[in-house]
Amino acid sequence: MESKLNLTLKVWRQSDRQSQGRLVTYPAEGIPTSASFLEMLDIVNEGLISNGEEPIAFDHDCREGICGSCSLVINGVPHGPEKATTSCQLHMRSFRNGDTIYIEPFRARAFPVVKDLVVDRSAFDRIQQSGGFISVRTGSAVEANSILVAKDDADHAFRAATCIGCGACVAACKNASAMLFVAAKVSHLNILPQGQPEKDERTIRMVQQMDAEGFGGCTNQYECEAVCPKEISVDFIGRLNRDYAAAAAAETVTA
Amino acid sequence: MSSFPDSKVPSGPLQDKWTQHKFKSALINPKNKRRYTVLVVGSGLAGSSAAATLSELGYKVKCFCYQDSPRRAHSIAAQGGINAAKNYQNDGDSVYRLFYDTIKGGDYRSREANVYRLAEVSVNIIDQCVAQGVPFAREYGGLLDNRSFGGAQVSRTFYAAGQTGQQLLLGAYSALNKQIAAGAVKMYPRTEMLDLVLVDGHAKGIITRNLSTGKIERHAGDAVLLCTGGYGNVFFLSTNAMGCNVTATWRAHKRGAWFANPCYTQIHPTCIPRSGDYQSKLTLMSESLRNDGRVWVPKNAADCDKDPDSIPEEARDYFLERKYPSFGNLAPRDISSRAAKEACDDGRGVGPVVGSHREGVYLDFAESIRDFGEDTIRARYGNLFDMYSRITGENPYRTPMRIYPAVHYTMGGLWVDYNLMSSIPGLHVLGEANFSDHGANRLGASALMQGLADGYFVIPSTLPNYLAPQPPGQVKENHEAFAAAENDVRERINRFLKVNGKRSVDSFHRELGLLIWNKCGMARDREGLQEALKRLPEIRAEFWSNVRIPGGADQVNPELEKAGRVADFIEFGETMCLDALSREESCGGHFRTEYQTPDGEALRNDEQFAYVAAWEHTGENVAPKLHQEPLNFENVKLSVRSYK
Repeated sequence: MESKLNLTLKVWRQSDRQSQGRLVTYPAEGIPTSASFLEMLDIVNEGLISNGEEPIAFDHDCREGICGSCSLVINGVPHGPEKATTSCQLHMRSFRNGDTIYIEPFRARAFPVVKDLVVDRSAFDRIQQSGGFISVRTGSAVEANSILVAKDDADHAFRAATCIGCGACVAACKNASAMLFVAAKVSHLNILPQGQPEKDERTIRMVQQMDAEGFGGCTNQYECEAVCPKEISVDFIGRLNRDYAAAAAAETVTA
Repeated sequence: MSSFPDSKVPSGPLQDKWTQHKFKSALINPKNKRRYTVLVVGSGLAGSSAAATLSELGYKVKCFCYQDSPRRAHSIAAQGGINAAKNYQNDGDSVYRLFYDTIKGGDYRSREANVYRLAEVSVNIIDQCVAQGVPFAREYGGLLDNRSFGGAQVSRTFYAAGQTGQQLLLGAYSALNKQIAAGAVKMYPRTEMLDLVLVDGHAKGIITRNLSTGKIERHAGDAVLLCTGGYGNVFFLSTNAMGCNVTATWRAHKRGAWFANPCYTQIHPTCIPRSGDYQSKLTLMSESLRNDGRVWVPKNAADCDKDPDSIPEEARDYFLERKYPSFGNLAPRDISSRAAKEACDDGRGVGPVVGSHREGVYLDFAESIRDFGEDTIRARYGNLFDMYSRITGENPYRTPMRIYPAVHYTMGGLWVDYNLMSSIPGLHVLGEANFSDHGANRLGASALMQGLADGYFVIPSTLPNYLAPQPPGQVKENHEAFAAAENDVRERINRFLKVNGKRSVDSFHRELGLLIWNKCGMARDREGLQEALKRLPEIRAEFWSNVRIPGGADQVNPELEKAGRVADFIEFGETMCLDALSREESCGGHFRTEYQTPDGEALRNDEQFAYVAAWEHTGENVAPKLHQEPLNFENVKLSVRSYK
């Protein structure tokens, strides 16, 4: 049955990229357990606005777990305590009356804070621009069913392609590594027959761009998989490593 | 009445119109294309596909989105699938059948030629997406799989589990990325268009605000493409993303672009009901649930707060099965939605009381679980049941789901001709933002088709018809029209910040949404619309005298962003209600309670209302002017939809 929670929030406030940030304490009172986590923040913000204070800024858009905008570290865990659940799909029934909740932005050198809980994840876009595509001009495609894709391969590629690009994997990693993200993006295209012609170049370029953006190395802790709201498997990291080794070897041979 | 802009629908047989039009369209020499700059606003399916394709052709493209990445545009959330007339299943599908189904589904309120073209290019879309690496569902032999969707009698829907929109958008985004990497597209994320710049009556630029820094910027171009989605958030609660807004199209409207059929809204029957006043958005669940679930409410209002298990079979009203014995729980979206509303308005809704009454009906799987076993139901709908239980905290395997209709898509939008050009020369409108293809009701799996058709295949052929006679690069950002438009934008922002009243932007948005939902939602009548039209100027006046926006203009300021959007929604709401009032018939997503058959079905009036209602802005506090584009049906015969 519906009940209300009285909570204490410790929220990261930072006015812009250059400023020093800090945790600020806010009471969150009378929060319905059926509200979502972001609706709880809406309620707190409504109170701040009526006091003439600036509301807490956070990224959000679809609020149904697919756009990948929301990016909160809740009590130290990206997207909070529920498995396979984005911050926007987390509901307050996961908390108890009297809880203190720490809310921080996704932290990584490659994700600088823009304001409060909003971070700049444009590094992900640049990695995708470096090779996350198949070069096919509009109009030049062949008849769709002339490309046969084994069902297992299609399903496998799809599982990689379900990545929502939120960056929780980076935020969870002690090295701030983007390996799970890059592995998912590379694997989606490398598994498919359409992706073969550019496979080696894609793999090398995307890994190089990942390094250039300042993400850390992978030391196989698998925190990324544990927090991934789409449950992307770390097996894709193994796959990326194999594709990278093959591509690097091929590059050495042809160089 | 002023003369209606030419719809430019080509003459000749339906099947030849697009081919002939492409042949007769202007061409631009490849060397000259690079001298033209095209501004693309929005990066969903329509925007990304248009930006990528136009830059492949050689145009210089600038693309803008309010999200932090073009990949997050709300096309990403579409679940079901995308239609295409491939006839891979050999079940009798054809371009003509897809055309026919779409015209009929739209309740005969769309243009034949546009819809036929949509069906025609649908097959190319699938080829393009597969070549990009979109991982559509496959059969064991490696061929593409199809399913039937939204009541279609053929299997023509291509899909990628329940995430088709995500996969198609990632495909278009990858095409866009390829062009960004090549330096052919300049991308402006976290950037919102706040005004359109006209020079000598032509769209030649936009004014934007950088949402990270607050910087106001001018962008000049030879043509402007609005790919900015629908206006469903006028209802506050909808399945749209929080940021979806009408600002780009409304600002263009105020600069002269006609707004067509704003009262056409699609209400989706299977959404999770509201749970309280704090609710910020509604979540859609796939309609496929109705294949195995039975919809009911208690017969007796006194039973509404009881445990559903304790309500005996004879005290339940399976109202869809009762009213529509042949279609039952699978009755079309508009009909099922209205029936649910009627039951709840009758005081027989279930779930929590929100506002004045309970808004929910049961979708009960007990019989299916008994007949097929829980495992079968889990295999069919496991992900949806999980989502439901995550949001509601209830277990739908044990307790009936609760559902209620929610705003999902808007068929109206800026008026465009066959070239997708609005009534402002140079301003083109693509995807959900235009009005053109879905009539009064959109069929399932056709929104994705339209967004990609417009972007990949239509605009690349039609844009040269506008551009070719225009010398490229004739307007620069130092033109006085940019200074004037920028000044308007700055003054408006300053007005927002100066009000310093007592109410938050959201409180106005909620008030607006509730009014529009009650008076211009699933069912409307003259009296209610007139009430809304009286109330809306009052809300607008209070907004401008009592809204409170903390923070400044030169910073990240979500309240300021929302204020601009909500101010536009309030103005737009008036035109929407006027349109609903003037359309004295019931059709598709537009049900006027005064116009129904004796047994309660929608009563269309083809003699008087088979037209597109296009509204022209004529000044502040002046009623907009209605223009009518008659719809000529040369190929299909108008008939009554019946689902009894």
